[in-house]
Amino acid sequence: MTPAAGRGWAIEMEDARFSYRGGPEIVRIGGLRVEAGEHVFIFGPSGSGKTTLLGLLAGVLRATSGRVSILGQDLTAMKPSGRDAFRASHIGYIFQLFNLIPYLSVRDNITLPCRLNAERRRRLNGTPMEEAAGRIATHLGMGSLLGENVSRLSVGQQQRVAAARSLMGTPELVIADEPTSSLDFDHRERFVELLFQECREANSTLIFVSHDQSLMPMFHRTVSLTEINEAM
Amino acid sequence: MVLLSLAYHSLRNRLLTTALTVVSIALSVALLVGVEQVRRGARESFSNTISQTDLIVGARGGSLQLLLYAVFRMGSATNNISYESYQILARHPAVEWTIPYSLGDSHRGFRVVGTTEEFYTRYRFRRHRKIEFAAGRAPREIFEVAIGSDVASALGYKIGDAVTLTHGVASGRGILDHDDRPFRIQGILARTATPVDRSLYIPLEGMEAMHMDWADGAPPMPGEETPAASIRKEHLQIKQITAFLLRARSRIDTLRLQREINTFEDEPLMAIIPGVALNELWRTIGYAEDALSVVTAFVLVVGLLGMLVSLYTSLNERRREMAILRAVGAGPRTIIFLLVTESGLLALAGTVLGVGLAYALALTAQPLVERHFGLFIPLVRPTAAGWAYLSAVVVAGVLIGFVPAVKAYRNALADGLGVRL
Repeated sequence: MTPAAGRGWAIEMEDARFSYRGGPEIVRIGGLRVEAGEHVFIFGPSGSGKTTLLGLLAGVLRATSGRVSILGQDLTAMKPSGRDAFRASHIGYIFQLFNLIPYLSVRDNITLPCRLNAERRRRLNGTPMEEAAGRIATHLGMGSLLGENVSRLSVGQQQRVAAARSLMGTPELVIADEPTSSLDFDHRERFVELLFQECREANSTLIFVSHDQSLMPMFHRTVSLTEINEAM
Repeated sequence: MVLLSLAYHSLRNRLLTTALTVVSIALSVALLVGVEQVRRGARESFSNTISQTDLIVGARGGSLQLLLYAVFRMGSATNNISYESYQILARHPAVEWTIPYSLGDSHRGFRVVGTTEEFYTRYRFRRHRKIEFAAGRAPREIFEVAIGSDVASALGYKIGDAVTLTHGVASGRGILDHDDRPFRIQGILARTATPVDRSLYIPLEGMEAMHMDWADGAPPMPGEETPAASIRKEHLQIKQITAFLLRARSRIDTLRLQREINTFEDEPLMAIIPGVALNELWRTIGYAEDALSVVTAFVLVVGLLGMLVSLYTSLNERRREMAILRAVGAGPRTIIFLLVTESGLLALAGTVLGVGLAYALALTAQPLVERHFGLFIPLVRPTAAGWAYLSAVVVAGVLIGFVPAVKAYRNALADGLGVRL
């Protein structure tokens, strides 16, 4: 299997296994490939090894054996600091909840990846950080809230700020861990649409993990974690 | 820069704990600086208890003893010196002035000093300050007395009151009171905050007159004494004094004079240099200040431990924050740096505030402390050692930061991106 013309693999996992020291195997994935630019829905009910899989993809965890390649780079061959740097440069991450640093403003939360990482800053192509943050926030309908304290925001607004942050400096891969589970239905679709739109614009690959199958039809492709994780 | 701003905002977010931590460090730093200031003040005041006196001369004995009875009005002399010897030395060409002291009597626990006009004009303390009167004037007649400010305030005396002096040193009413020859208060000295305040001053002749007709240390039999009213200055022959203060014409002469007095042929005398003797005395009582320093150091340790506790306990509620930072690419090093910066900032803020507090306090309390305790607190910049202590506090703050930092790093590794709250 080769990626479509002109595109590389965003994610390649080959016989990737993970277990905590001395514990049972939690993840064993024989093969998972995601093309660059794809929007993939990973269906993962609780207890299917979802958190572990995301940890492996983001490089927070290191596969016990096998290979996990992101953007053609083998994460299992990197040192922890190398994986941290890689994540900072190439991956945007959205949590299920509590995405934001409570003591920073909306603007400062959005610009955080760029402030912490030179590569992400470089990819703004000279646009000042605040301006780039303002642009993304405006796209996501948050333009007026930039100066706000994040504790004033509704959950839906917080998730959109998190999305804006994950997209700052156009990372190649955006990983979203149940970002919509705290939103009501109408807002969920709207949120996913905005996320798609921004990922398309940034040319980012999107990995969207959820146990909520109602959103599945919106994606290019669906992967069921229960099927690919042989450890479960 | 990013981390500094993060650390700052994070501390501001926990304003109450941050403020409390800073205040607790500031208080311990203020204590450290304050104790140091008081120490210097105490040392300064102590060594300036008496100034411009080059030598203190008394009968041969212990130098500490001489210092104690001549300057601090404590203890007593074992021997007196003859008035002739005093006069020979007082007229010595190298001597500028002398102040004779005749000691041995008391009034309700306060020492009585027989002295001359020289005491009111020549005596100096705290470098250039001289004896001044809060009320009245110096005693001129035989049965006139000037009292120190402590005596006045403790006994509630005013000008014109009559006081009865006691033979020997007794704390209350003595057994051998000179009640046949009372003294009238003519002057009350202004407060000096030195032992001068704790004495009564009468003319040398008064001292002599008091003991007129005494034989072998016992008073005359009732009826045999000369009536006070009939005693005239001219009738009195001063036979001995206890000690005298001496000012040389030139400082260079001091050592030569000292040697000369110590080898005085007519009588065994001893001369001590007050500055040297005071320093020796200070050194013997100086262990008290070391004890004080140790206590201060412990208070500081407690303050820093308070910071450690507050940072450490905050880590649990900050697990989420750490996970977010990890997700946006902060490595363990960043997290450690963040926490160490926070603790360093707390220690720095506490130190700066503490120093400010100590100086503000010293400034406001300075006149009060000087008035009540006779301690002049110098408002000077910290010494090199002082700066070293202060930097050590900040450095200790930074080092302590590594404890929560390593804990946060471990947390972050264990949590990954999956903290559940």
